[in-house]
Amino acid sequence: MREFLDEIIRDRLGQDPASWALTQGVYLVAMMAAGIALTTFGALFAGLTSWWERRIAARMQSRVGPNRVGPQGILQFLADALKLLVKEDLISSASDRWLFRAAPYFVVAGFALTFVVLPFGYHLSATRMNVGLFYVLSVTALVVVGILISGWASNSKWALFGGIRAAAQVVSYEIPAGLVILVPVLMAGSLNLHDIIRAQGGWPWDWYLFQTPMGYAGFFILFVALLAEGNRTPFDLPEAESELVSGYNTEYSGMRFAYFFLTEFGNLWVMSAVMTTCFLGGWQVPGVSAENLARWEALHQVPGWFYLVSAAVFCAKTLLLANVVIWIRWTFPRVRVDQMMSLCWKYLVPAAMALVVLAAVTELMSFELFGEAARVQAPLFSLRGLIHFAFFAAGGLVPAVLFFRKTFRNISFVGDRVRPLSNW
Amino acid sequence: MSPSPLAPYLPLAVALLVAAGVAMAMAVLASVLGPKRPTAIKQEIFECGSESVGPAHQRFAVKFYVVALLFIVFDVEAVFLYPWAVNFRALGWFGYAEMAVFAATLVVGLAYIWKKGALSWET
Repeated sequence: MREFLDEIIRDRLGQDPASWALTQGVYLVAMMAAGIALTTFGALFAGLTSWWERRIAARMQSRVGPNRVGPQGILQFLADALKLLVKEDLISSASDRWLFRAAPYFVVAGFALTFVVLPFGYHLSATRMNVGLFYVLSVTALVVVGILISGWASNSKWALFGGIRAAAQVVSYEIPAGLVILVPVLMAGSLNLHDIIRAQGGWPWDWYLFQTPMGYAGFFILFVALLAEGNRTPFDLPEAESELVSGYNTEYSGMRFAYFFLTEFGNLWVMSAVMTTCFLGGWQVPGVSAENLARWEALHQVPGWFYLVSAAVFCAKTLLLANVVIWIRWTFPRVRVDQMMSLCWKYLVPAAMALVVLAAVTELMSFELFGEAARVQAPLFSLRGLIHFAFFAAGGLVPAVLFFRKTFRNISFVGDRVRPLSNW
Repeated sequence: MSPSPLAPYLPLAVALLVAAGVAMAMAVLASVLGPKRPTAIKQEIFECGSESVGPAHQRFAVKFYVVALLFIVFDVEAVFLYPWAVNFRALGWFGYAEMAVFAATLVVGLAYIWKKGALSWET
């Protein structure tokens, strides 16, 4: 954000940001505005997603879903929030009152603080930290603390089981996530989210997902690990309704319940944004090359549309991924606890470890082959560019074509009861 | 005036204040707006309608502690890999070999606990 403000001060106001008297004031006002904007964004996104997910779930199950409040029911989340706001705040007499009240704040803090580093577009993030990715991983760990506290403080068996299960699950999956996130870090040589994005390119074959087999495998491991960390189906054991009532938040009602709810849906954005940043090219706009951008920056002439388009690209990728997560939730059944644990420790952890070691070898080899150029994106018609494009074709295009062919074939078996993809 | 190295963390503090402020304000608002009519039955913990037997704060399965221990071991190891991952080019093959030895030690550890049965949930 500082770079962005400096640019505005220099180019729009005609002042030198280093010596202008009001610079610090502008920073402070902008920080306040960013804090409020990010909190609002998180809450709005969580609310809208809760409505969107219920609509999708309903359509997938041939129901209608919430469609009464506002056009298509889009204001449903406001009605829900209002209801939770005026609901009686129940605290059971057996619970540990202080911990019970404190737990939701840990969860909200672990959620709201991640937004500070998440990029939203070119130069659009509240701050740039050189340890950005590490910061995201460590701050999201606060959510586990809150969940464990809430489970313990409720003094209810359901809540305790849910809380401890959640802690065991999140804590286990943090290890493959933390290891596999090193693959993009190795490729970019930085933990800064913007640096990782800038080392990729706009076209799909410039993304880390399609550059190497390690990136490709890493994407899926990270996706599974983040699904489990966000307690999303098929890993929603901590709140398995059929066995645990509602898990760690069983005893909560009113606003405190709303905080857990908010975090769960808001985390959808966080996980999708992290995936987009690490593997899907972030805010890179197809057609605007790194040299192009560097030229604009050197002349202080980054066009205004680039900010908008980059933000739109980033949000589009993130929302697409969030929709995949919703799709998975209403498609797959829940796994068992022992399956969940052995998937993590017996498959994902060794695989993640192997990926990091292999990625380091590939990076060192490509460094010896291509020199410093190995770290910037390659033009399509060069040796590296063609290798990347081959991976893209094998790992992206071919599966996509097969998937759509299979889908249309399955739909055609159903006959004319369902017109292709018009069931929305 | 060059920005201090802690400057990137200032928005974090501001965001924390804003988020905590909003969250607390909502909680206060809820306690003002919501009714307060506690009864003994309403304040019982949820047990699907029947009376709850005994406190929930009892001993629970030891396997959760094992998971916690494994987490500490492997998470600390993952943290050690981060600085290397950022600088691994400057460290070159030598740094790679050192890190491979470190990782191999951990893989041996993982194989050991696997063999010991610490990773199988149904015991």
